[in-house]
Amino acid sequence: MESARKRWSFKITPMRLVFAAIAALAILIIIVRMILGLGATTNLNDQWPWGFWISFDVLLGVALAGGGYGIALIVYVLRRDQFYPVARSAMLTSLLGYVIVVLGLLIEVGQWFNFWRPFVSWGHSSILFEVFWCISMYTIIQVLEFCEIGTEKVFKGWHKYFKKAMPVLLIVGITLPTLHQSSLGALYYMMVGKLDVLWWSILLPVFFLLSSFFVGPGMIILESALSGRAFNHKVDPRVFQGLMKISGGVMIVYLGLKIIDLVVAGELAKAFAFDFVSIMFLLELVCGVAIPICIAFSKLSASRKGQITFGLLTVGGVVLNRFNVVLTGMRDYLSGTLGGSYFPAWTEIVVSAGLVSIACLVYLFIAENFSILDHRGSEPVKGVMIEHGKYAYFK
Amino acid sequence: MSSAVNTQSKTFGVLVDIPKCIGCESCSVACKLYNDLKWDPKRKAKTARERAQEPNKGLWADDWTSINLYEPEKNGQKVLRFVKTQCFHCLEPACASACFSKAFQKLPQGPVIYDQSLCVGCRYCMLACPFDILKYEWEKAIPGVRKCQMCAQRGANFQIPACVSVCPTGALTCGERDELLAEARKRIKENGYIDHIFGEKEAGGTSWLYISDVPFDQMRFRTDVTTRPMPSYSEGYMKLTPLVGISWAAVLTGLYVYNNKWKEPLD
Repeated sequence: MESARKRWSFKITPMRLVFAAIAALAILIIIVRMILGLGATTNLNDQWPWGFWISFDVLLGVALAGGGYGIALIVYVLRRDQFYPVARSAMLTSLLGYVIVVLGLLIEVGQWFNFWRPFVSWGHSSILFEVFWCISMYTIIQVLEFCEIGTEKVFKGWHKYFKKAMPVLLIVGITLPTLHQSSLGALYYMMVGKLDVLWWSILLPVFFLLSSFFVGPGMIILESALSGRAFNHKVDPRVFQGLMKISGGVMIVYLGLKIIDLVVAGELAKAFAFDFVSIMFLLELVCGVAIPICIAFSKLSASRKGQITFGLLTVGGVVLNRFNVVLTGMRDYLSGTLGGSYFPAWTEIVVSAGLVSIACLVYLFIAENFSILDHRGSEPVKGVMIEHGKYAYFK
Repeated sequence: MSSAVNTQSKTFGVLVDIPKCIGCESCSVACKLYNDLKWDPKRKAKTARERAQEPNKGLWADDWTSINLYEPEKNGQKVLRFVKTQCFHCLEPACASACFSKAFQKLPQGPVIYDQSLCVGCRYCMLACPFDILKYEWEKAIPGVRKCQMCAQRGANFQIPACVSVCPTGALTCGERDELLAEARKRIKENGYIDHIFGEKEAGGTSWLYISDVPFDQMRFRTDVTTRPMPSYSEGYMKLTPLVGISWAAVLTGLYVYNNKWKEPLD
């Protein structure tokens, strides 16, 4: 049995081949981007210097990976042990999310080889400076956190040291994302008068922080549903139900603040103007926040269908929110007032899809070879290989 | 550039007297020559009227200044006005504040300059700029941000910017900002201009100042721009961050210790 655990496996399924194909195409485009530049591979222009890659890879990637620090807070700091079964997979998703962000940024910036400049040339008046430091430090922290899992299987001698370091890693690893999740919103302080008032607010950092936190449970539900199918693994639905309540509670605060913010700014009428901007805004708040709140605090939260719907709506809501800030909310100024135009090129979309595919493949590999989904204690769960690549587990 | 030459109190600027401009474009040519910027045949063929309609107001990576022709209304009649467009060189520039690697710098003498060797290429500066002046070399494999540098090297040699040096009509005047403001007020009074110096307060004040006899909003000036210095929008937030970070980490440590005290460690 021990020898069965030691083997490395990576089962090739049709889905994984699709991921690999998208990743390969994306890598080709990335090579072209490196040789010919951003003009040849994106529709970005002087009026729209930020587009799909910033909204998808960076703002969204970071937000969706936010489930990691949320669950770390709930499980390790607040010790709500009932959520422990999903902790490892949530934190792994978060790590991979950040890897996408870092890779995505390296492709997105003009002079990627200069990425280290802010480490030595401190532009400390910039909110991006804080985002940069926190994201890079947090990515390293997350890799170290993963080493605690990794050393259960390889370089076992190091395991006890990583275990000892975990409390510090966890606390720093919650502090950093709290800072930069909010700072990602604060980046848009500078776009005052450009970003639509439905999104520009002094509370932007609070909105970004809260939404990155409440999207965590939704993301964990979706991710467990997907990996559950891939690995034939089930999590007790009561775990999700509890998480949905926490998420729903934060959503109520978020929704309340949003409404108060609009009332104070005197822009409530603009939210109900039912033009394109207002419809996008309402869609984001009604489908992405209000309906999930109703699901979280109703009987639906016990059913699998209700949980999946909750996951899809919350994640979709945060996706839409980030796209709205970067694209919809800037449209009136950049395309209207200035007269620019932007629609993502297919190459931009394929590269982002490719990065996600790479992350999925890495997730599948790690989940298949390390103790992630079935982790309950430091003793590795014993597994018997019943057929090639498939294990039956028992404690 | 030596800061011993000009002291902090002496910050220079340029006053643009819009009605005095006849659209000869000597300034654009001087800019191209002095800064060694390439002519793009397609863009060279654009007229001042066409450039005024462009989303970028005629500014490309290799065109740091543009003379644009507008048709504003004066006393109910359409008139022609040429407007020189370039970086405003804010007193407290948003680009410099937004740059996380200090690739932008405001010289005490006035110019806001850019150093590509420090630039990562995130383009946050382009979105932060209240006047949308910054342009990017999208076609290059290794691109940089491009904008007017206000001929900082010429300034170091006690020379005025190339564009100002060739203006034949006196539409451009280079001098100390305070003196230019006084001169602007004088001209507004004498010539019956609109009582507004664009750049005196916009975005917290700029080194380039504009006066005009027709409303600025008819010539694509961003008249609704904030008068608060742009960096002030993020200053408080950045100052608060270390404190918030440390306090939050302390709270987390406390909670961690307290909640783990009576429980078996998780692993």
